[in-house]
Amino acid sequence: MEVIPTVTQREQWMVESQVFGIYNNFKELPRRAQTVLLEIVCDKHTEYLTNGLRRLPPSFCVLDANRPWLCYWILHSLALLGESIDVNLKHHVVDFLSRCQDPLGGYGGGPGQMPHLATTYAAVNSIITVGGRRALSSINRDRLYAFLQRMKDPSGSFRMHEKGEIDVRACYTAVSVASILNILDYKLVENVGDYILSCQTYEGGIAGEPGSEAHGGYTFCGLAAMILINEVHRLDLPALVNWVAFRQGVEGGFQGRTNKLVDGCYSFWQGGVFPLIQRLLRSIEEQLRIIGCRKHDNDSSKINVNLPEETRQMHSGLFEQKGLQEPPDVAKFSDVGFDFVKRSADIGPLFQNFALQQYIILCSQIMDGGFRDKPGKSRDFYHTCYCLSGLSVCQYINLETADSSPIAQEVLGPYSNLLEQTHPLYNVVLERYYSARELFSHL
Amino acid sequence: MDSDDEQTIPLSQRPEWADVKPVPQDDGPNPVVPIAYTDEFRETMDYFRAVYLSDEHSSRSLQLTSEAINLNAGNYTVWHFRRLILESLNADLHEELDFVENIAKKNSKNYQIWHHRRWLAEKLGPDAAFREIEFTKKILSLDAKNYHAWSHRQWVLKTLGGWEDELEYCNQLLRDDIFNNSAWNQRHFVVTRSPLLGGLDAMRDSEVDYTIEAIITYPENESSWRYLRGLYKNDLKSWVNDPRVSSVCLKILSTKTRCIFALSTLLDLICHGFQPSPEYEEAVNALPLQRSDVGPSSSSLAETICSVLEAIDPLRGNYWNWRKEQLPALVT
Repeated sequence: MEVIPTVTQREQWMVESQVFGIYNNFKELPRRAQTVLLEIVCDKHTEYLTNGLRRLPPSFCVLDANRPWLCYWILHSLALLGESIDVNLKHHVVDFLSRCQDPLGGYGGGPGQMPHLATTYAAVNSIITVGGRRALSSINRDRLYAFLQRMKDPSGSFRMHEKGEIDVRACYTAVSVASILNILDYKLVENVGDYILSCQTYEGGIAGEPGSEAHGGYTFCGLAAMILINEVHRLDLPALVNWVAFRQGVEGGFQGRTNKLVDGCYSFWQGGVFPLIQRLLRSIEEQLRIIGCRKHDNDSSKINVNLPEETRQMHSGLFEQKGLQEPPDVAKFSDVGFDFVKRSADIGPLFQNFALQQYIILCSQIMDGGFRDKPGKSRDFYHTCYCLSGLSVCQYINLETADSSPIAQEVLGPYSNLLEQTHPLYNVVLERYYSARELFSHL
Repeated sequence: MDSDDEQTIPLSQRPEWADVKPVPQDDGPNPVVPIAYTDEFRETMDYFRAVYLSDEHSSRSLQLTSEAINLNAGNYTVWHFRRLILESLNADLHEELDFVENIAKKNSKNYQIWHHRRWLAEKLGPDAAFREIEFTKKILSLDAKNYHAWSHRQWVLKTLGGWEDELEYCNQLLRDDIFNNSAWNQRHFVVTRSPLLGGLDAMRDSEVDYTIEAIITYPENESSWRYLRGLYKNDLKSWVNDPRVSSVCLKILSTKTRCIFALSTLLDLICHGFQPSPEYEEAVNALPLQRSDVGPSSSSLAETICSVLEAIDPLRGNYWNWRKEQLPALVT
C-alpha cells in the first residue's frame, strides 16, 4: 500500500528542509563568516525597535487594541539588548500609557479603550522596564487592585475584561501584575489554583481552558502563576517536565504543541519553563519519590485509583492529603517572585541549550533587524521580544545563582551576544525588576 | 444592508451621522507606538468613540461597530459595545451569526470573534448546537489545528450538546492525519466526557486497541503514545498491568527503529512498578548501538534504557540523564 504523507508530515518536512538548508550552508562557511552570522546584530535590532516606538505604518491598524503590548515587546527587547532609551522618550512612554489607564483601574489597548488584563500586564511590565519613580508612581495600584477584583470570576479564575473570556492567560496576567506590584492577596488567589489545575491535560502540559490541548503559551502562564500563588506542588510536575522536554524539535527550536511546527516565540514560552523547573527540582523529586513509595504499596494505593475525571490530579490529591507543603502562607505572597529568582538552580538545563540558541540566531534572526517565527516568515515585534527573551533564558540557564555573569562558553557566538537577564516569572529584565521592587515592597 | 457602497462614503458625508460630533483619540502630544491610521480607520474610530461615550444603542451604532470590526477585528471594546447594542435592540441573532462567519473567514485566530460567538450561542441555546458544530467544522476543514475553533467546539458540546457524531468526527480527522494532536485531544475529551459513551472506564478497552493500531502504523507519532497513557490517567495500576501496553513497546523495540517512545514508555512502566520479563532486556540489548552508549553491563534495565535514550535522542540527553539520576528513588 502506498503511504501518502499527511498534512502534518508534509509541513514538518518542508520546515526541516529549510532549517537544515540553513544549517548546512552555515557548516560549509569559513570560520570568519560563521562568526559574522552568529552575531546578534544589536544596532539593527535597536534601529528596528526604536523606529517602531516612534512610528508604525497603517498595516498596524489591526493592532490598534494592543498598543501597550507593542510598547512592552519593543521596550523589553531593547532592555534585553542592554539599550537605554533617552529621558524624553521615557516620559512619552509613561504619558502615553497613563492615557491607556482606565479611571477605574487597569489598562486598555489604547486611550479610551476598556481595561483588559493582557494589556494591563503589558503596560505594567513596560512601566517597570522604563523604570524610575515617575514611571512607577504613574500606576494607580489601588484602582488596579479593584479592577482585578472585578475581573475575578466566582470559579476563582479571571476574565480578560468586563464580561470577557476566561482562560489561563487571564489567570497569569492577573497574578503576575498583582505579584509584581505587591497587591496580591488571598482574595485574588482563592481558587485560581483549582482552575489552572483543571487545565493540565493528559499530555502533561497546560491548556487554555479545561479540556483543550496542552499548549506552550498556557503552560508557561499556568506554571508561573502556580509558583506565584505558592501552589505549584499541586501540578503533576514530572508529567509537565516530560511534555515540555519533548517540545524541542530537531530544528533546535520549540513547537507550541505536539506535532506542530517550530516557532521562535516558543523559545520563551517553552524554553522559559526550564529555569522554573530548575528551581522546583526538590518538589519534582518529592513527587517522584512518592510514585516510588506508592509502587511498593499497591494495596493501600486507595488514594489515586479510580478518581473521577473531574477530581483528576492523582498526584495533587495525594500531595494535598499528605500535606507535603504547608498551606499557602498569605503574608508571603509579596516575596515569592523575589525569593524564587534567588533560589539556586539545583541542576543544569533539561533541554539542549545551544540548539535553541542556534535556531534563534540562524533561523529567527533577520540581519536587517528583528526576529521571526521561522524561515520564510517576516519579522515582527512579538517574535522579536520572545526570541530575545528565550535567548536570554539560554544564556543564563547554567548559572547556579542569579546575579552572576555567564561564562563565554554559555553564549553562542561572540560574547557581545550576551543579553541582560530576565526575571523568569514576570519576564522583565531582572535589574529593572529589583528597582521596582525596592519601591513596591515598601508600599 | 449592503454596504460596499455605503462604506466608501466617509461618515462625515453621510446625512444620518450629521448630528454626531466625532471624538478624536486622546493620544497626547507625544504618543509612542503611534499608528499612521488610514483616513477611513481614523474617522470610523472617531465616530465610534462618539457613540460609545454617549452610550447610544441604535441601529446606526450597530452598523458602525460592523465597520469598525471590519477594520480591526481585535478591538474588544467595539465587540463589547456591539453586544450591549444587540441586547438593547433585541436584534436577530441569526443575522449576527452570519456577520461573525464573514469576519472569521478573514481571520479565524482572534479571541474576540470566538468569545462573541460563544456569547451568541449561549443566547440561542441548545438549538444553536448543530450550527455551531458545523461552523467549527468549516473552520477546522481549513486548519485542523485551530486552537480557538477546538475550544469553541468543546464549549458547545459541554453547554449545548451535539455529542452524537463526535467520536466519528475524531475518527475522520485522524484518518486524514493521524499526527493531528488536536484531534487526539478531542478524542480524549469525547471519551472522557461524552454523556453517550459511558466514560473512560467503559471506553478504555476499545480505545486501547484503536491506539495500539495507530502506534504500530506510525511508531514515531508522539500523539498516539501520549493518548495511550492518557487512557489510564486515573488508573495507573491498570496501565502497568495491561499486557497490551507493555507488549506494544516490545513489538516496536523488536523492529529496532523509531523506538524513542517505546523506550520512554517502557521506562515509565518500570518506574511505576512494571516487572519486565527477560525478553524486554534482550530487545533493548539488541538495539543497534555502541557498547559505550548503553553503560556498564551491571546496569538495571531502567538505567540501560536511559543510557540508550541519551544516545539515540541526544536533543533530550540532559533530560534522560536526569531521569537516570532519579531512578534509585523509583526503581529499587
